[in-house]
Amino acid sequence: MPADLTSGSALSEPNEAASPWSDAVLAAALYAINPIGLGGISLRAHAGPVRDQWLALLQSSLPPHAPFRKIPIQVSDGRLLGGLDLAATLQAGRPIAERGLLAVCDGGTAVLPSAERRDAFVVARLGAVMDRGAVAVERDGFTSVTPSRFGVIALDEATNDDERPPASLLDRLAFHITLDGIGYRDAPDLPSLVEDVARARGQHADVTVPDRLIEAICVTSLALGVASLRAPLLAVKVAQAHAALIGNSEAGDEDAAVAARFVLAPRATRFPAGETDPAEPQEAEPLPPETPPEPSNDDSEHQPTDQELQDLILAAAIASIPPGLLAQLKLAQAVRTKARPSGRAGALQKSQRRGRPAGVVRGDLRDGARLNVIETLRAAAPWQGVRRREAAARGSVPAKPNRVEVRRDDFRIARFKNRTETATVFIVDASGSAALNRLAEAKGAVELLLADCYVRRDSVALISFRGKSAEVLLPPTRSLVRAKRSLAGLPGGGGTPLAAAIDETVALADGVRRKGLTMSAVFLTDGRANVARDGSGGRARAEEDAIASARSLRALGLKALVIDTSQSPGPQAEKIAREMGAIYVALPRADAQMLANTVRVATQPNGRDG
Amino acid sequence: MAVLFPFSAIVAQDEMKLALLIAAVDQSVGGVLVFGDRGTGKSTAVRGLAALLPPMQIVKGSRYNSDPSLSAEDLAALEPELGAGKPKSVWVPVPVVDLPLGATEDRVVGALDLERALTRGEKAFEPGLLARAHRGFLYIDEVNLLDDHLVDVLLDVAASGENVVEREGLSIRHPAKFVLVGSGNPEEGELRPQLLDRFGLSVEVKTPGDLATRVEVVKRRDAFERNPAGFMTEWQIHDASVQDQIAAGRKRLASVTTPQDMLEKAAKLCMALGTDGLRGELTLIRAARSLAALEGASSISDAHLKRVAPLALRHRLRRNPLDEAGSTVRVERALQEMFGGGAALGPTLVAAVAERRVV
Repeated sequence: MPADLTSGSALSEPNEAASPWSDAVLAAALYAINPIGLGGISLRAHAGPVRDQWLALLQSSLPPHAPFRKIPIQVSDGRLLGGLDLAATLQAGRPIAERGLLAVCDGGTAVLPSAERRDAFVVARLGAVMDRGAVAVERDGFTSVTPSRFGVIALDEATNDDERPPASLLDRLAFHITLDGIGYRDAPDLPSLVEDVARARGQHADVTVPDRLIEAICVTSLALGVASLRAPLLAVKVAQAHAALIGNSEAGDEDAAVAARFVLAPRATRFPAGETDPAEPQEAEPLPPETPPEPSNDDSEHQPTDQELQDLILAAAIASIPPGLLAQLKLAQAVRTKARPSGRAGALQKSQRRGRPAGVVRGDLRDGARLNVIETLRAAAPWQGVRRREAAARGSVPAKPNRVEVRRDDFRIARFKNRTETATVFIVDASGSAALNRLAEAKGAVELLLADCYVRRDSVALISFRGKSAEVLLPPTRSLVRAKRSLAGLPGGGGTPLAAAIDETVALADGVRRKGLTMSAVFLTDGRANVARDGSGGRARAEEDAIASARSLRALGLKALVIDTSQSPGPQAEKIAREMGAIYVALPRADAQMLANTVRVATQPNGRDG
Repeated sequence: MAVLFPFSAIVAQDEMKLALLIAAVDQSVGGVLVFGDRGTGKSTAVRGLAALLPPMQIVKGSRYNSDPSLSAEDLAALEPELGAGKPKSVWVPVPVVDLPLGATEDRVVGALDLERALTRGEKAFEPGLLARAHRGFLYIDEVNLLDDHLVDVLLDVAASGENVVEREGLSIRHPAKFVLVGSGNPEEGELRPQLLDRFGLSVEVKTPGDLATRVEVVKRRDAFERNPAGFMTEWQIHDASVQDQIAAGRKRLASVTTPQDMLEKAAKLCMALGTDGLRGELTLIRAARSLAALEGASSISDAHLKRVAPLALRHRLRRNPLDEAGSTVRVERALQEMFGGGAALGPTLVAAVAERRVV
């Protein structure tokens, strides 16, 4: 009877015919069969009745008493991982550990609202626990490893395609589904799968997946350009769960097709190369070019793979790739690689945070200070015996003998290191050509930007170049006054030693990075280099040197902006910008205010939003 | 959690396995940094290695993994609570200590024992992870996401080999020498340059792109999850042979000779690549010696040097503005120039013994 129910429902109809809603329902059912093994579901949907209905349906399919807990967006490490339970500790007079949310989720589901806005830190902790199947805690005087295994429902509430949950999270979740575009009317009540799911939950682990299916899944994932190895692993498990759902003890072609549709299609980064002989996709589509396909005897083992099966699975996956997805992906990738040449996502995301703990100091509870309770207690702890005896000697009887006596001396204040700290370096061309044109405007713009930096508590640095060399006028500082003074005294005239200026920037960047700051560089120049690195003249040599220097700047992967200040922008500045991986803006007639606005726009969005 | 995926069953990723084995044979090589794609078995390899390390001797009851060969005075100064008399020694597994994300400083460096302080009013030091990792391995997954203040602590301790605690009226110093093993994904953030320097060897891992390897990865993982115990039994013998290899390598290490011309070649190579400081050269020689010991050779040869050079040097190169090639390519190129054609061989598999029998 259970098998009848599914085969009669919309759920096991051929893949192409499945509606988005029935797909979402099927994903929920498959997840509920094996939440831990499948990792979870990334659900793109706005809060609303359709999502509520789906969540209710999901919950009804899960075992009745399994935990289903939300991880709030502001969660602290203490709540997430566990630590000292202060109330209980004070009550008992001895340290009592508190279980963190991730340990509480054991055997159930962790729900992650606003998944697209989670930073790398929370996701890394989540990922570590999912991989290990245990929460490792080294906090607040406790050391523990608590087994905990759970699935994750990532609620992706993004409004546009640029926002996505962190890649390291998506990689671990089998299903990436969307409810966008499904109206309440499009979400009918489908026949309940609860009983089938419950039965399948007991059986999925025994479902065997034949080698030819595993191979077909691997072939398909390569053909679609899915690099991660977690994808085929998860697909195998989805096939297993699907076979269990329809009551089979061995996964078949259809199960693999469903798996490819759910797991591989949303991860596709390319269409398979036309209809060109998918018999040897490993030759047509090797991912990193340097890995040659294994020759001879291995291939002969793979020969008997079922050609039709591979075609079927690939077709199922391709049918599920939403139109336009690949174009979007490409675009997004291009933007991403341009904006962050060497993967600075982490560093940038850090800047969103109010601050990470950076140790504690003894201090008073003034306004805004955050008491570090653990350290305070720890400071108070050794004196308890003494203080009690003192109190007894004074004759005052403690109300509760177990109460911890905390004195003002014990207060420990948490210090946060503000990760929003960035250093903006302005490199101002004060050569003759620039000075004639635009030096005054450039100075004005820098002054305006300095004020911004000051408000944001960013550091600024100033490099100027003219004549034969470049000079750091101002090392990274927060002093607005100093910056203004050094800027005002900046003379103009002479050659354009652009290479020297870039080299100076690279040297400065090294120091800045060692302090753990994020740096962006803003060049205000016409890019017409005419002094080589060694101070000699000659345009050709000078340009060559400047390009070489620009490349070394790009190697640092920091955010750079070149503002072409010349009155008739030529190709030189643009070329330099390209070589240093910088954003190029030509502003031939901008005044100081407009220059400043441009820099704001160009340096902020990424840095602020990650 | 209960059963770990066996080290010898990890498919491909030869360079990563090689680096870990080199560090296992000679801990003075310094740490290993494994940076690269997601889901490539980085942490699986490190945790799997833990099971293969030959046990070590410590003073019985020691909280700092004290070496029994420590002089009586030193031991008494460090751990007076062990009492007088000749200390007994016991065999224990080499510690592979995890430093989980979100760890607080008190647990890393050690702090006042809160339990004893609260319940008995005693001031006692509770050693932290650094003490537990002494003479073993300290493993940090997602090392690039480690909090800055912990990075600072690690830098200090890794440089001095000693942990100094001055807090809560405690004043403790204890030895903390460990092999730092870090892994991470560069997309999630960079590593501070100083921390990069602390790693002796660095490995870049990539997701394998060829079908046969990928199929094998999926099959083995599936087999493991279906029946962990059975899978373990199946791979026991291969793990055991890797373990023997490590043990034999350690024994042989001291007797491996380093010919003068090898020293010169190492120096030349570092000069050609413009690596900063002496550490590159030193690591290069040590790693080559360890590899020679691992393979049963009696002295270092060109082949050893060539295989370990990318591991030991690629993270020490100064960025060259005129060269856009990745650091690995640059090392390969320098090798080619020095040793002539055919130098660009990737590291071959040391753990191959186990691998080849199956695949």
